[in-house]
Amino acid sequence: MTTEPVPSPPKKVRNFALLSNRAGAAFLTPAGLLVSVFVIVPFFWVIFVSFTNRTLLGRTALNPEFVGLANYFSLFDPATFFQRGQFGFSLILTTQFVLASALLGQALLGLLLAWLIQTVPPWVKRITETFVIAAWILPEVVIGFAWFAFLDRDQGTLNMLLEGFGLPPGDFLLQQPFWVIVVFNTWRGAAFSMMLFNSAFSSIPPSYFQAADVAGASSWQKFRDIGLPLIRGHIVTDLILITMWTFNTFTPFLLTNGGPSYRTELVSIYNYRVAFQDFQFGKGAAVGVIMMLINLAFALVYLSIGRKKKVR
Amino acid sequence: MKLTIPAFVGRIAFSALAALIGAIFALPLLWFLFAPFNARAELGLALPDPWTLNNFVTVFGNSYAVQALWNSFIQAAGGVILVGAAATLAAYALSRSSIPGKSAVTYILLLFSSVVSGSAAMVPIFLIISAAGLMDTHIAVILTFAGGLLPTAMFILRDFIDSIPKSYEESAMVAGASPVQAFFDVALPVIRPGIVVVVVWAFVNIWGSFLIPFILLRSDSNMPASVAIYSFYSEAGTPIVTLLAAYSLIYSLPVIALYLFVSWKFGFRFFGGIKA
Amino acid sequence: MASVEFKNVTKSFGEFKAVADVSFDIGDGEFVCLLGPSGCGKTTSLRMMAGLETPTSGQIFIGGQEVTHLHPKDRNIAMVFQDYALYPHMNLADNIAYPLKVRGEAVAARHGRAKEVADVLKIGHLMDRLPSQISGGQQQRTSLARALVYPAKVYLFDEPLSNLDAKLRLEARGFLNHLQRDMGMTAVYVTHDQAEAMALATRIAVMDHGHIVQFASPIEIYRRPATTFVANFVGNPPMNLVEAEGAQVDGKLALKAEGLTIAGLAMTDAIGKALATSNKLTLGVRPEHLGIAQTGAANTITAPLFANENMGPESLVTLDRGDSARVTARIFTDDHLDLSQVVTLGFSAEHVHLFDSTGKRIPALGE
Repeated sequence: MTTEPVPSPPKKVRNFALLSNRAGAAFLTPAGLLVSVFVIVPFFWVIFVSFTNRTLLGRTALNPEFVGLANYFSLFDPATFFQRGQFGFSLILTTQFVLASALLGQALLGLLLAWLIQTVPPWVKRITETFVIAAWILPEVVIGFAWFAFLDRDQGTLNMLLEGFGLPPGDFLLQQPFWVIVVFNTWRGAAFSMMLFNSAFSSIPPSYFQAADVAGASSWQKFRDIGLPLIRGHIVTDLILITMWTFNTFTPFLLTNGGPSYRTELVSIYNYRVAFQDFQFGKGAAVGVIMMLINLAFALVYLSIGRKKKVR
Repeated sequence: MKLTIPAFVGRIAFSALAALIGAIFALPLLWFLFAPFNARAELGLALPDPWTLNNFVTVFGNSYAVQALWNSFIQAAGGVILVGAAATLAAYALSRSSIPGKSAVTYILLLFSSVVSGSAAMVPIFLIISAAGLMDTHIAVILTFAGGLLPTAMFILRDFIDSIPKSYEESAMVAGASPVQAFFDVALPVIRPGIVVVVVWAFVNIWGSFLIPFILLRSDSNMPASVAIYSFYSEAGTPIVTLLAAYSLIYSLPVIALYLFVSWKFGFRFFGGIKA
Repeated sequence: MASVEFKNVTKSFGEFKAVADVSFDIGDGEFVCLLGPSGCGKTTSLRMMAGLETPTSGQIFIGGQEVTHLHPKDRNIAMVFQDYALYPHMNLADNIAYPLKVRGEAVAARHGRAKEVADVLKIGHLMDRLPSQISGGQQQRTSLARALVYPAKVYLFDEPLSNLDAKLRLEARGFLNHLQRDMGMTAVYVTHDQAEAMALATRIAVMDHGHIVQFASPIEIYRRPATTFVANFVGNPPMNLVEAEGAQVDGKLALKAEGLTIAGLAMTDAIGKALATSNKLTLGVRPEHLGIAQTGAANTITAPLFANENMGPESLVTLDRGDSARVTARIFTDDHLDLSQVVTLGFSAEHVHLFDSTGKRIPALGE
């Protein structure tokens, strides 16, 4: 072998990878295009449209005019802000909806269920899980109709049961529409929290709980002192995700149509009404922008937590 | 181990509570077990007398209803093929290549996908589809869902691929396989369970969704079942209960079947954010 | 078969230098073990030979041909992975025959060849099973079969036995030794198990922090460890190292340490040079060179007994010299030792290893 010190030309060292950069770029292209057009472009387009008076029909459908912040001013008009059917009312309603149905309803119920099914016999666990998950995976229109039948004033299963227990029946969709969609959304979404917490609990080594058993801890003490602290990270993840999903959900529309008289008009439904029933795209876009800003705040919190986890 | 009496009582209380919650969750769905088979079904819970399949016969005799199921299938299948193929390629690249800026791209995608929800972006999506001249076509629904579901699908799959040892492809290459051979012979078959999960997840999402086809489609001949189901209302706006119940059940069957398939095949392991 | 050469190879991951300016030459037909603790750079070195990592600088040659930037598939090498990397969707026949498939061989021919190799490895009867349906030992042999099924220039092993239990590991080790004698293959074998390296290698490269500390035959490494690191890494239990203060007294080397009684050791120029820099020396004696001795005799260590582990024919007797400085002897089992005793262990001067203050071996007379 010749060992002449040949001054090798400064070759660009390309590190070996299972997939070369060129192939990697090619692999990313289809997904990149689709996501760009249907996720990233809408993000910027909605901002642009929100500064115009674009409508679905008429003169401004084709030649929208730039109206500056007019759409935002009309959303935040202090004179009407809190009135029913206005943006402020809808935003406050949505906040209450998220607090009650996601943070309290889904998360607490999911946590309780996850803890319960750790200890119950397998067949109880399977049956309970099946119904909770069924509520979650069935198509939303089917669920909407099921609840419509369930809550029917004259024949619905709920009133039948109430009467069976000697309680007064009611037309809940008319009398308590807000609480109906809160219960509805809790019922619909508890499965996610249950499954997340269930997998979190199962990842705790059983010896932790056995050690507590040996020390004489009660079920509640085990939950409070071992289970809960060890799944803290999962709880935060769960709360952020279900908050975002509940904030954006459109499903209650299928049960109440946003009514009666706007009493269940969440921002997503408000957005739909403004854009596609009143045909004010500019104003609808402004609602979309505000929704995205709120989403962004939650997403940033979520991602920063995720990042910290990765670094650790 | 012998249980003490309080522990035993506790166990029973736990089981009873779990069963009670399960029963409450079942209540709104119970109606679906009976009404589709009842020729005189109303909104109340009643045992069919006699049990009959007449409602289903009527539904299948309704060409519009059948067409809608077929439309749902076209849209879900089309979306799933796009999502499955594009997400697999992209996730493989994110996991196995060392493209510069990979993590930044991942971060930005993750951010955008959580910020741009269907209900926040309905206006621009409508405008994009409209500008592209795709209004009231299957392809509009397919593309919109593909774009919207892709980021999540990519992340599920990337995590799945990350968890697969690189030594599979490495050993193939050391043995003489080209990167393309290693991808198709070794990587793809090993990733398949992850792809199946993502595909099922995407299918269920598109199949069950209401808002996007509701906005993007107009003509009856393109409507998926989720929208067409509202045709089972009388002129006065009251539901034709028998048909609605039967149709709902048919429409739900693929979802139930896929759920059973996934839980049989993979034990319904938990994948982060499996339903967006 | 072919030789392997590293020329000033460095591999950095960011700031971290996994392999730092390493050069060596592995001859045709040699079985070389890269031995060292985790993070020493041994696996990175192996992966650079395979082409699975690219050196930051330096060159790699296989059979005289430069392969530094060659794709793994073009190197004509074979590799056995620590996790076996058996393809879960292929049966054993397809797994073993896969290298032949990518070389374009027909199905019948490649399955025939796969069966031949599998028979040698006693897994020929399992050819239509999936990897998940066979035992760990059988999986290990399948991965070996996949490496042996085609004629490679060099065979690379990345801790191939570390996932086996102790008994299977011994069995597989014996088989690999036999295979090497049979085939005379050029092999590079990464392990952190010194016994494996001693048993298999024609030469061992002991690595630490990205450097090769010593590259020599097993017996040389055992007899003349180049540094305290090597001395401490090779041998089971490892060599006893006693830090002592050295001084030249009456033309002899005197060593002072707690519990140590030593007659003057022969002075050499090398010792003189070491003493000129620092009087801190390290005395090394292998456990098997220590025996029970008279208290106060020359060349002894005296300290309270810490543990007496009976292994059957022999016992490990450990003394505690304080500050967790321990000395272990491997002696014939002695029932009369009890834990309260102060014990004296003796050794002969010819078994003494000396290391200077930097941990480098001070050559003995005639080395």
